[in-house]
Amino acid sequence: MSFKTVERKPLTFAERTYVPQIVNGLMTTFKKMVKPNETLEYPEARPPIPEGYRGVPTLVKDPNGREKCVSCQLCEFVCPPKAIRIKPGEIDPTSDSAHVEKAPEAFDIDMLRCIYCGLCQEVCPEEAIWLQNVFSLSGYTREEMVNDKDKLYELGGTLPDKHFKWDQKKAAEDRGNAAH
Amino acid sequence: MIDLYLNLPVWVQATIKGLIAIGVLIPVAGACSMAERKVSAWIQGRPGPNRAIVPWVAWIPFVGKALQRLGVFHLMADGAKFVFKEDVVPGHVNKFYYYVAPLVALIPALCTIVVVPFGAYIDATTETLKPLILADVDVGILAVFAIGSLSVYALILAGWASNSKYPFLGGVRASAQLISYELSMTLSVIPVFLWVNAPGGNGTLSLFDVVESQSQAGFLGGMWFIFLMPMCAFIFLVALFAETNRQPFDMPESESDLVGGFHTEYGEFKWSLFFVAEYVHMTIGSGVFVLLFLGGWNPLPWIPLEMVISSMPMWLGALVGVGCFLGKTFFFIFFFMWVRWTLPRFRYDQVMKLGWQKLLPLAIANVIFYALAIAMIELS
Amino acid sequence: MIQPAKPDLVTVFIDGKEIAVPKGTNVIEAARMVGTDVPHYCYHPKLTVAGNCRMCLIELGMPMADRATREPIMDPETGKQKINWIPRPQIGCGTTVVPGMHVKTQSPMVKECREGVMEFLLINHPLDCPICDQAGECKLQEQATGYGRGYSRFIEQKNVKPKRTQLGPRVTLDDERCVLCSRCIRFCQEVAKDDVLGFVDRGSYSTLTCYPGKELTNNYSLNTVDICPVGALTSTDFRFKMRVWFLKQSNSICTESSVGANTVVWSREGVIYRITPRQNDEVNDTWMADSGRILYKEVQSGNRLKPTSDLKTSVAAAGSLLQDGAVAVVGSGRSSVEEQFLTAKLAKQLGATSYIVARHGEEDGLLISKDRNPNTRGALVTGLISDLPATELSDLSADIDAGKVTTILSVGEDLTAAGLSAEQLAKVTLVYLGSHANATSAAAKVIIPTLTVFEKSGSFINQQFRLQKFASTIPGLAGAADDRVVLDQLLADVGGASAGSDLPSVWAELSAQIPAFANTAYANIPATGLLLDSSNWSGLDFPEGESLHFKPAAAEATA
Ligand code: SF4
Ligand code: SF4
Ligand code: SF4
Ligand code: SF4
Ligand code: FES
Repeated sequence: MSFKTVERKPLTFAERTYVPQIVNGLMTTFKKMVKPNETLEYPEARPPIPEGYRGVPTLVKDPNGREKCVSCQLCEFVCPPKAIRIKPGEIDPTSDSAHVEKAPEAFDIDMLRCIYCGLCQEVCPEEAIWLQNVFSLSGYTREEMVNDKDKLYELGGTLPDKHFKWDQKKAAEDRGNAAH
Repeated sequence: MIDLYLNLPVWVQATIKGLIAIGVLIPVAGACSMAERKVSAWIQGRPGPNRAIVPWVAWIPFVGKALQRLGVFHLMADGAKFVFKEDVVPGHVNKFYYYVAPLVALIPALCTIVVVPFGAYIDATTETLKPLILADVDVGILAVFAIGSLSVYALILAGWASNSKYPFLGGVRASAQLISYELSMTLSVIPVFLWVNAPGGNGTLSLFDVVESQSQAGFLGGMWFIFLMPMCAFIFLVALFAETNRQPFDMPESESDLVGGFHTEYGEFKWSLFFVAEYVHMTIGSGVFVLLFLGGWNPLPWIPLEMVISSMPMWLGALVGVGCFLGKTFFFIFFFMWVRWTLPRFRYDQVMKLGWQKLLPLAIANVIFYALAIAMIELS
Repeated sequence: MIQPAKPDLVTVFIDGKEIAVPKGTNVIEAARMVGTDVPHYCYHPKLTVAGNCRMCLIELGMPMADRATREPIMDPETGKQKINWIPRPQIGCGTTVVPGMHVKTQSPMVKECREGVMEFLLINHPLDCPICDQAGECKLQEQATGYGRGYSRFIEQKNVKPKRTQLGPRVTLDDERCVLCSRCIRFCQEVAKDDVLGFVDRGSYSTLTCYPGKELTNNYSLNTVDICPVGALTSTDFRFKMRVWFLKQSNSICTESSVGANTVVWSREGVIYRITPRQNDEVNDTWMADSGRILYKEVQSGNRLKPTSDLKTSVAAAGSLLQDGAVAVVGSGRSSVEEQFLTAKLAKQLGATSYIVARHGEEDGLLISKDRNPNTRGALVTGLISDLPATELSDLSADIDAGKVTTILSVGEDLTAAGLSAEQLAKVTLVYLGSHANATSAAAKVIIPTLTVFEKSGSFINQQFRLQKFASTIPGLAGAADDRVVLDQLLADVGGASAGSDLPSVWAELSAQIPAFANTAYANIPATGLLLDSSNWSGLDFPEGESLHFKPAAAEATA
């Protein structure tokens, strides 16, 4: 038997006149009326962004100002709506981070496509792409909604780093060269 | 100045009165629409409209800000929007009636104001209380009912002229609903006038006299009719909600099942006329209720206006009277809104059932009961 | 054709599956035949076995027999002969099958061996995958997924080795990633015959390097990149250009010479990123020349011909010119079989003599032959020409001078390179079909832009008379038309019977009209090509010398 007849209590006379219910309702709404607002007045007041919030994806630099992305293109691969477009490039051999070898020449995220899934952040082996707390994004043209590399670094800023993998690598290289 | 006014030809006087009526009622209707948005917002825990501001007002300290928070300029912006919006007329409408309908809605609504007294003053020469009214005619409440019920034509006309399904359904509902509730409404005021018109005296239907009879001395004489005849007041109130198409009786609009009901095909200024008409109805309905059951301009039960203002200059007395009346009316308008944002809408069949099977028998029983009661009091 | 003698078969048991494999097969190959993959790094089917990576360890066993009586010892439980498993694992690459051999490739011991080898390989391996071009096609990554432990027990400092060494003009070496398999060294010694690579230092300090004073410059150097199982050797041209997992692979044929090396063209969104060899044991094994790998650059080159009017108009203009004068048709040894066939048909319809231009270059005895046209044989088979072409069009030149030819249709051939002078070109009306601008297109009255080999499909016949097909890799340049379509429309315009320009229709005609193609359809050409009967042309003296898997007919006859 997939259905069950619910026995309903017959309405009392007072209930059938609606009046007590209406009065009750009016009391409730009146109470609400004198209570303070539940809403935020958005552009001035902003909600606190909780830890782990997935806002606009951004590129970050490490505390030494080195761009962390090495253009491995894993995020481009994993991105479900194909919002990410990367043109890999080689780091100038005279630069301080030449030992990292690879960095993006161009890095575009089409925010009209992005679904804020956070897979790019999850897949990134260099912890270079982060969905941070920017959540309101607007533009007048489609082009404006494509964040290029400069914009992404501007939005991303610098995040703390635990590993300093490439710095360690360079130190090891220097040690090794000194031993020879 | 009053003499100057009284010396003007009658038609000029009439025009001035008319302009004043329009000049007061339409802003009140606008303010009502604003209030409606604010009340709904407060009930829902929001601040409501609070953004629009005119630059030079913004420069006024505090006041500018307060007006902005109150959303006053949204009202103006809305009004301007209605005026300047593109006049879209669907191709399938009956043009003539389509244009006439909003006028038919607004004109009766504005007309009823003339027979509604909105205050009283003590006439210096006769030392008696005189009503502040545009046309002091004896038929009073009858005129209100007669003219007010004309507005149903507007809805029917709009629904029919729109030549489309939802407005048509809206129009049909409007006509059925207004007719059903008009009966109960009329019946519900009969006991009031039975009470006002003592046998043998001059019969009157004037609303001023109704207020007067609530300002007598003594326990019964100073009692407002809402206490004397609560059932009448209740029936009148319910019928009033139905007559003004307010929630929970807004069947003709009923946006959840009829899109917009009778005004689905209307936009910009024409639509705003319907809107204004609705609020004017509400205002006048509230006013009539106040006059009939809440002692009109009397500040408190058993404290008639005359008592309060007899020692004041005439103009101040008049102001106090108007103030009392408007205060009660505005509270009533607020009550309308409060109910609107509290109750869900009835189903159409429930509306009909309520009107014919509950309210009408109740109203009839009510009339009979009070007729007998008053007869007994009179006879004893 | 002589059937190859039936090889002696040897029956072995791999994970209990019985299979007969040719004698001399090693265990890795035998396992591959039953569909089992034995992971390996140093073994390469086309190179000698070095056996130094130890990734291919397997368990080996032989049926037990009584030493004295040679009687098989039976297992009473199963009723089968007992297997004598060798207690230590053996390398699969270096073990040749013997009859009755039993192999375990999935046993716990084998798994443990693989995990051990992986752990050792990874202790000094850098964490470079994000910047490593091999990622995605890296054997080390693949095996680490199967046999890696997922974290490292190695807490010491990793080795530091040279990174970014230029081994030669086209190859970059990252020594830290090298797993010391020596495939590259063996390739240079055995295939390229240019012994320049070797290991220096010992143990975990072993480092791959070029011998002092030498460089990896030979024209086959990029094959080391292909066979390097990890990202140690990378192509300087492809370095950091694109991730391999984004690339679409299409089968193609190298157009560099009449060898017709099988290739894979890797592209993404209409852009070609690299060309690698495709295994064809009858033609190029798994190799190809470096010079053939950069041919894709012609697609994006600045002198591509761009359309100036729509195809209909230009075909009509060309058609009216061709019908007016005395016409000669210069076809091309670079055109596909289908295009040459249509060219021949067009020439016949116009009553024109047809030529192709021969192109000769140095041959290297491996994968570049003297004939630098990929499809000279196609022109012979389709009847575009009946004799071997010359590098100079002297007959045509004489005809022009004599006024016997007033209009020339050139299918992608630069006539000035074929010995015609600018004055001669000025004397005639030129119609040019081609993909790139040159002196001839500059002199032409009507130019119809066409596609490069990467943008169209078709087939070539290589020096072995092997019919091999290639598929279009990327969409054609906007507005440029497929040569087949243009030729077919021209044919229709000058009054010929068009049978449709799509591959199936052209092949229906080809198989009906060309005896060598009887019963052949484009779709049926195998991926490794179809060897045609070449006896009709055995009298011709083809220019090619000996190369990989090819002996000239004359040499074969004397042999
Ligand atoms: S952001 Fe991270 S995942 Fe994306 S390319 Fe850069 S390093 Fe790779
Ligand atoms: S958040 Fe998701 S959709 Fe947006 S860029 Fe990253 S992977 Fe793509
Ligand atoms: S060789 Fe393979 S495992 Fe090593 S860094 Fe490159 S991709 Fe990664
Ligand atoms: S460079 Fe590559 S092919 Fe050469 S030994 Fe190292 S891993 Fe093997
Ligand atoms: S493949 Fe057998 S030892 Fe390397």
